[in-house]
Amino acid sequence: MTNFLQKLFGNTTGRRGVSAIIVFVIIWHVGSQLDEWTGYDMLGIGLVPPPADVFVAFLGVVPKVGYWMSWVASFSRVITGFIVAMIIGIPFGLLLAVNRYFRGVFFPPFEILRPIPPLAWVPASLIFWPTNEMSIAFVTFLGAFFTIVINVLGGARNIDISYLRAAQSMGASQFDLFWKIVLPGTLPSIFTGAAVGMGITWEVVLAAEMISGGGTQGGGGLGFFIWSSYMGGSLEQIVVGMISIGIAGYLSSSAIRKIGYHFMPWRRLF
Amino acid sequence: MSTPKTITKASSSAKAKKLTSSLVELKNVSKSYGEEWASDNVLKNISVEFPAGELTVIVGPSGCGKSTLVNLLAGFEKPDEGRALIDGKEITGPAKDRMVVFQETALIPWQTTLQNVTFGPKMRGDKKGPSLVREAEDLLIKVGLGEFMNKYPIQLSGGMQRRAELARALINEPTVMIMDEPFRGLDAMSRSLMQEFFLELFDENQKTNIFVTSEIDEAIFLADNLVILSNKPTTVQTVIKIDLPRPRNYKMLTTAKAFKYRRQAMELLHGEALKSFAVLK
Repeated sequence: MTNFLQKLFGNTTGRRGVSAIIVFVIIWHVGSQLDEWTGYDMLGIGLVPPPADVFVAFLGVVPKVGYWMSWVASFSRVITGFIVAMIIGIPFGLLLAVNRYFRGVFFPPFEILRPIPPLAWVPASLIFWPTNEMSIAFVTFLGAFFTIVINVLGGARNIDISYLRAAQSMGASQFDLFWKIVLPGTLPSIFTGAAVGMGITWEVVLAAEMISGGGTQGGGGLGFFIWSSYMGGSLEQIVVGMISIGIAGYLSSSAIRKIGYHFMPWRRLF
Repeated sequence: MSTPKTITKASSSAKAKKLTSSLVELKNVSKSYGEEWASDNVLKNISVEFPAGELTVIVGPSGCGKSTLVNLLAGFEKPDEGRALIDGKEITGPAKDRMVVFQETALIPWQTTLQNVTFGPKMRGDKKGPSLVREAEDLLIKVGLGEFMNKYPIQLSGGMQRRAELARALINEPTVMIMDEPFRGLDAMSRSLMQEFFLELFDENQKTNIFVTSEIDEAIFLADNLVILSNKPTTVQTVIKIDLPRPRNYKMLTTAKAFKYRRQAMELLHGEALKSFAVLK
């Protein structure tokens, strides 16, 4: 714990981050109380519950299993959709990049499907997939898939031709070129795609949970948690749900950053 | 920037000596880009010889197709007409007998300096294990990068990157070194240090060297033969034999002879540059 605090306050970046959050909470508090104090609303956040109330509501839900089940449900949907998108998207993007015929056949339909927002797929997938769970997973997958593919494709096509030529001069086969130049050269774009895709996945999963109403067969999720708090009229709990998603998203993207650093030691240097 | 160690003459057997350099020729080579109806004729009927074991420098006005020439010699591209030959045999593609040092650095960013140097032999499998690593380390020490073996290219200065690239090329034991404006972008001080260092390496290896540059002083300082290209469509304007003694040093650039070469080259290049300027107008 002391170690953690040291890390947080021991450097300028940590201090700055913590003070910014404190300032944010103060503005939030002032905004929520302004009506009571002066009779005037602060535009936009006049009806938002004050941070202290939200904190109390948070303490209220923390001991409840249901709240944590929502975390588990959303996280497992995000991770499932995301991992499937990576497993299919990375090879697909690389194939588009290196094989002219593959690109000729698959790129046009891909480009037609790509601009369709993932949420537009929700009604169709609710109808076509047998369970709610599967339709949410499918929509989540779509959210990450297109972003990952387009990043991988762009990254692989942008590799400096002199790396390829240098390797060829040194006797690289097509196999070598792919594994030793194209793939590592695309890694940074793969991780950019993953980070952006992860963000979209969270957006999509939340919306899908709200729409599908998760409760009976879909099983909760943070999206449904917010939705049911809204139906139940608990403003504090809505904000608790929102903050939970913020934290969940932060945890996901820092996990991706960590993994990225691990796989790309040369990128840590600048 | 650390100073490279002085190079000591390596002892080599007569057989190995024979293999260290090749004769490279272009015979009536033409090359153009684009469709036939809108083609951009870059090289036109070029014939030039790069004698074995000599340092031939190519200079020409900017945009005259020097890089195209490099790509043909390296085998990255094929001539439309004519032939590119190495020791009398057709050049069919890139190969390890012709190593290229590129304009901007082409060190692979995700490999350390040492990994970059061992990359070629390891991939081909013709040198392996500890002896390969030792050879690479020796080369890196020779180019003054002993302390930077485990750094990534991005951590090296411009001059260090070029020296790492020289080491990476040399470990493949090419018979021809093709240098495409290798010192472009270096500051004046690093540049002149690199030129001296490069000459030391050349004096030791006596490989066939093809060196492209746009700097006349650099060209005269380095060259045995100075090939001056004309404006587009590019042909060989003149070949000047640079008869300055080796090993060279900077003082030689101030001799009357060097001035004469410089003036001759300047006049020819100026004429060519004017032509391309006129086209622009």
